[in-house]
Amino acid sequence: MKRVSILVLSLLVVLSLSVFAGAKEYKVGIILDTGGLGDQSFNDAAYRGLMKAQKDFGVKTTYVESKVMDDYEPNVRMLAEQGYDLIFGIGFLLTDAIDRVAEEYPDVKFGIIDSVVDQPNVLSVLFKEQEGSFLQGVIAGMMTKTNTVGFVGGMESPVITRFEVGFINGVKAVNPKANILIAYTGKFDDPVKGKEVALAQISNRADVIYHASGACGNGVIEAAKEKGVYAIGVDSDQSHLAPATVISSMLKMVDVAVYDGAQMVVEGKFKGGLLNLGLADDGVGTAWSPGVTVPAAVRAKVDEYAKKIASGNLIVPDTK
Amino acid sequence: MLKSLAKLERLWIALAAVLLGMVVGIFFILIVGRNPILGYQALWQASFGSMRDFTELLIGTTPLIFTGLSIACAFRTGLFNIGAEGQFIVGQIATAWAGYFFTGLPTLIHVPLALCFGILAGALWGAIPGYLKAKAGAHEVINTIMMNYIALYFTHYLVNGPLKGHAFLPVTKEILDSAKLWRFMPPTRANAGIIIALLAALFVYWFLWKTTKGYELRAVGFNPLAAEYGGISVARSTVLSMMLAGGLAGLGGAVQVLGIQYKFYDVFAFTGYGFDGIAVALIGNNHPLGVVFSAFLFGFLGRGAMRMQSVASIPKEVISIVSASIIIFIAAEALVKRLVPRFTKKGGASSEYNRSV
Repeated sequence: MKRVSILVLSLLVVLSLSVFAGAKEYKVGIILDTGGLGDQSFNDAAYRGLMKAQKDFGVKTTYVESKVMDDYEPNVRMLAEQGYDLIFGIGFLLTDAIDRVAEEYPDVKFGIIDSVVDQPNVLSVLFKEQEGSFLQGVIAGMMTKTNTVGFVGGMESPVITRFEVGFINGVKAVNPKANILIAYTGKFDDPVKGKEVALAQISNRADVIYHASGACGNGVIEAAKEKGVYAIGVDSDQSHLAPATVISSMLKMVDVAVYDGAQMVVEGKFKGGLLNLGLADDGVGTAWSPGVTVPAAVRAKVDEYAKKIASGNLIVPDTK
Repeated sequence: MLKSLAKLERLWIALAAVLLGMVVGIFFILIVGRNPILGYQALWQASFGSMRDFTELLIGTTPLIFTGLSIACAFRTGLFNIGAEGQFIVGQIATAWAGYFFTGLPTLIHVPLALCFGILAGALWGAIPGYLKAKAGAHEVINTIMMNYIALYFTHYLVNGPLKGHAFLPVTKEILDSAKLWRFMPPTRANAGIIIALLAALFVYWFLWKTTKGYELRAVGFNPLAAEYGGISVARSTVLSMMLAGGLAGLGGAVQVLGIQYKFYDVFAFTGYGFDGIAVALIGNNHPLGVVFSAFLFGFLGRGAMRMQSVASIPKEVISIVSASIIIFIAAEALVKRLVPRFTKKGGASSEYNRSV
């Protein structure tokens, strides 16, 4: 009964808000995970989306970098208390924080990336990383000359597993005999460790390395650059880190998710629920690096598989 | 009497250091083109702006009291415990497990039982480097650091493997209601953890200064050779001190789980409670009372950092500069004394104080 009345109340609030939508200045905030700004990938992508929303919709924005995990919940609550209309939790580590605060503030809207929170005022956004990673596997499988490719993951988790499995399947689709080296750095914030792991793979003849390891990836790309082999970036377009080394980057459109969330709020169309974004929704994709010449055959193959996956003719598995 | 005067003086020095640090901070905030007044308003309000903010200050301070006490204890025996981080983590996971595994217990039994699991796990984690130091002479700094990594990756395995309690997130099951610490001001997160932390500080004071064992630990810290000559076993004191230090940090992890988190979350990267505890202990002069005060200072700065970001758009890095300056000024006591002339008049009191520590 209480739930129902809360629901009705929140509906009324939403309705009354949308009536006066013209006069209101909307406020959108993001709570970053402990990786923070400057990771050149996940958190930076969210921030880009936020800045674009600020430019396009004139919303007031803010971001908070959390120092430790225990700060997530008070930080989310802090923005809710400050009257933010939409609060996005960036990363699955914020799941419980969003869940708890969303229940306390039924008239505030929330978003969560890479996780699912089952509340009527929360938009949960998952990505089909396996689909984008499959395409990177196709690229790696065709570009390798030593017939050996590498994958460097951060800490093992279901999300990173989707990258790995997608990549392996992509390589095998075009190059069944390729040797695939798999390694994990065990962390997301240590470029030195990333470089070390990548150098080990290179000394084992890997000449195309795909990483899904956050800031460790900066080290992976550096190692590839030093040894004159190729790297594939992740989350954001990472070609600027080493233009002649990074063939492509697997884009994970965290920025689009944040931007779309802000747009929905501004237009009064926000609805809680689950979005599972894949190639068909432009939620993941490939960014070609301008500094590397990729044979037309490779591009054609990537386009071919992208179409197959987007149309649902090819289902990429997401677990081992 | 002189002693208490000296303590009062120390408090003044700390306050002066905070002010000096903030003055330095103004400079850096202006460099990045933000408003220092707005920033410092946010800093203050983050902890004292409302009752809820104040409760969050208590929550942020609690783990730092435990890790600060842990490091202070080891220091008093001449040991450098860099392992509070790992001891905290194993305390967390052991407590989380005990919190959901034992069913049907009343709160009065379940909470202490779960806390004991945290203490024991932390004590074990501290005892290993302590034993290695006592028996093999292996340096505790290296070994406690290594134990941190073992804790990080071992719990990573557990929470992604046998203890995994969620469909896709790396977390354990939630602890049962009977294991949750009393939250005395719902809906805030304020809980009995802060009380346990203060009791722990009292315990450390009592143990180190009022018991024979505690005297032995401190004697070993002053001069191990003299202590050994006086009939105190340095080896046994080393192990005991590291166990005590580990137990305190483990209890901190336990309180964090039972009071705030309600489950164990995969740590991914060190939270820094243990490392911050080193600074907390140093600034607190390795004394339980000092640790409590400096933990509050760190809690205050930590909370302010996040509020200054969201309200005054001051980047986290600039706020770290402000906190670092404050810490440097506190550490550089002599400098502050010279900068603030009123303290120089009390030279006698301060030398008495120096002898007493």
